[in-house]
Amino acid sequence: MALYRAHVLVCGGTGCVSSGSEGVLTALKERIAAKKLDNEVMVVPTGCHGMCEMGPIVVVYPEGVFYCRVTPEDAQEIVEEHLFKGRRVERLLYKESETLKGVPNYKDIPFYSKQVRVALRNCGYINPDNIEEYIVRDGYAALTKVLTEMQPADVIAEVKTSGLRGRGGGGFPTGLKWEFCARAAGDKKYVICNADEGDPGAFMDRSILEGDPHAILEGLLIGGYAMGADEAYIYCRAEYPLAIKRLQRAIEQAKEYGLLGDNILDSGFSFDVHIKEGAGAFVCGEETALMASIEGQRGMPRPRPPFPANKGLWAKPTNINNVETWANVPTIIRNGGAWYAAMGTEKSKGTKVFALTGKINHTGLVEVPMGLTIREVVFDLGGGILGGKKFKAVQIGGPSGGCLTEEHLDLPISYESLTAAGAIMGSGGLVVMDEETCMVDVAKFFLEFTQAESCGKCVPCREGTKQMLLMLNKITSGEGTLEDLDTLEELALMVKEMSLCGLGQTAPNPVLTTLRYFRDEYEAHIVEKRCPAGACSALLRYIIDPERCRRCGLCAKACPVSCISGDRQTPYVIDQDKCIKCGACYEKCPFDAIDRR
Amino acid sequence: MALSVEEVVSKTKEIVAPWKDRQGGLIPVLQAVQKEFGYLTPDAMRTVSTEMRIPTAEIYGVATFYAQFHLKPRGRHVIRVCRGTACHVRGSLKILDKVKETLHVKENDTTEDLRFTLEPVACIGACGLAPVIMVDDQTFGRLVPDKVPDIIAQFE
Repeated sequence: MALYRAHVLVCGGTGCVSSGSEGVLTALKERIAAKKLDNEVMVVPTGCHGMCEMGPIVVVYPEGVFYCRVTPEDAQEIVEEHLFKGRRVERLLYKESETLKGVPNYKDIPFYSKQVRVALRNCGYINPDNIEEYIVRDGYAALTKVLTEMQPADVIAEVKTSGLRGRGGGGFPTGLKWEFCARAAGDKKYVICNADEGDPGAFMDRSILEGDPHAILEGLLIGGYAMGADEAYIYCRAEYPLAIKRLQRAIEQAKEYGLLGDNILDSGFSFDVHIKEGAGAFVCGEETALMASIEGQRGMPRPRPPFPANKGLWAKPTNINNVETWANVPTIIRNGGAWYAAMGTEKSKGTKVFALTGKINHTGLVEVPMGLTIREVVFDLGGGILGGKKFKAVQIGGPSGGCLTEEHLDLPISYESLTAAGAIMGSGGLVVMDEETCMVDVAKFFLEFTQAESCGKCVPCREGTKQMLLMLNKITSGEGTLEDLDTLEELALMVKEMSLCGLGQTAPNPVLTTLRYFRDEYEAHIVEKRCPAGACSALLRYIIDPERCRRCGLCAKACPVSCISGDRQTPYVIDQDKCIKCGACYEKCPFDAIDRR
Repeated sequence: MALSVEEVVSKTKEIVAPWKDRQGGLIPVLQAVQKEFGYLTPDAMRTVSTEMRIPTAEIYGVATFYAQFHLKPRGRHVIRVCRGTACHVRGSLKILDKVKETLHVKENDTTEDLRFTLEPVACIGACGLAPVIMVDDQTFGRLVPDKVPDIIAQFE
């Protein structure tokens, strides 16, 4: 390999690509060539750095200088100043939110300093399209170790020691799951990577698939060897075209290098990986539904037992794990299970990737040891609430999760603590909400989603979610009664108890947690016919304060239904019967004379 | 350029051929058929049925189960408005309304001139840029409703 004095890493994750990182990449290459630096400086497109908010992101090594929101025009300055003259471009550095001082080094940015990256260890460091860069970062070393030094049972023991649990949401101990499959009778077995990431607000799997596809292949290979499977499927959402492309490329390269296919590394172990594109059904993230979908049927779950470990894909013993789980495996094997188990809490070991989104300053992906508090994640890493507003709730675990409040901010994050509080770890989506978010609306939002995605096979989920949604609609349009709240709670518990699969069993969680922690907001909708957060449009009132109104008439002009009357002498008034609550007047008024209640 | 029934049938047979004697081929076949013709035409579905020896009812069942399959012609461009959680709390409903208003089209429907199909989607995994829309393969993030008409104007 040729030596370069500097490497310029340009993020090629979906977030940065849509912020224009491809233009930045081209511009950098052109400028570097124009300055005749192309023998000294290498430009590398990488996977996601996690701080999508600040994209496109460019990192210059060896110094590790982190530039954010870079445009193609800025590329010229980076080349001339930094790469040619050796001076940092201060203007493009990440700015600390309080002091507004530039932070030159990647490692010193608060967003990164508390992170411990295991599953994400290569994301943003290597070119995902180049197997050699993965190998240089100890890639496939774990596979070699497993094939040459370890028996399948040793591998399973190591994973058990690590305490790794299913990162897709269930939290089932991975080693135990592997053991079940390894012990199952049958000469043909499958392993599956569940990459059907469907939780709205979670994108860690996408990031790993796009940023470090070889880690997943290596994980599958190790799992296949441990369980005696010779074939793997990666079931990936069709909505992730870039991820599929990078996986395909990774598979081709691994085959070229003899790391996939027949008789890998002369060990006698053969293994093949196929990619299956999902077709757009959230329920296919459930393992039995996912297997039905691979088989070409409607993706509907079936009762368990029999568990997939005994009777899975095409009735053969099958193991399914999620992307993040697989991505942890090679590092666990390389560093040992005890190393991994040293991180985290007593029952929840290791690290977990969270997708921080919503009303938060630094949206993006973070990987932290289990046991950090929600406060540390939201405020220290996430930089607090957008626009200095007040924190209200954090929704954890996607549509199956729940909303936690301020009093839970100091809760250490673990599978157990979240479940006890009524939420779940889920895939690790953390959606932060501020005072302008209505919790009834949030519950309704999630239920609309799960209701639409319910496959319709079992009655509690199909009918129950529908009725719950009708009740929530009634409440948010101001027609609910207090009795509805009790019925809603009763029904929610019933759906949770009686549904066939995880989708129905967890769909009521957003409703139950908001009822538990924000019952006053439900009551305000019902009794006072008022939405405290001002989000439910049917309950909104726009009222012009006659004291503050300067009678300019801009509101009346902006009103699409002409329901505002007044003139130079009389203050303007909104006819509440005709008002469609579009908010046009509220936005137009130059004197803030319109109140929204 | 409408294809004749014969052309649809022969093209579909080509697509089915490699999957004929293999397990689990129905979904990949339907995906390929849709890629070829833009949607699942009745002729193509009937051909898949006879070639793969799967009842049409079962094929219809699979095709209507998954959001990705379409039984009606689609627009030249597909606008996907993200309605995921992160986008929702950052105002994606207003973006959706603006698209509907600009194009005079309903959710999951196509404009009369077949220029655009509008699809609200659950999450496109670009939560860092919320609210987000995708037009074909291009993602547009950090949107406000006023930016919508300019984006739409870029696509003919």
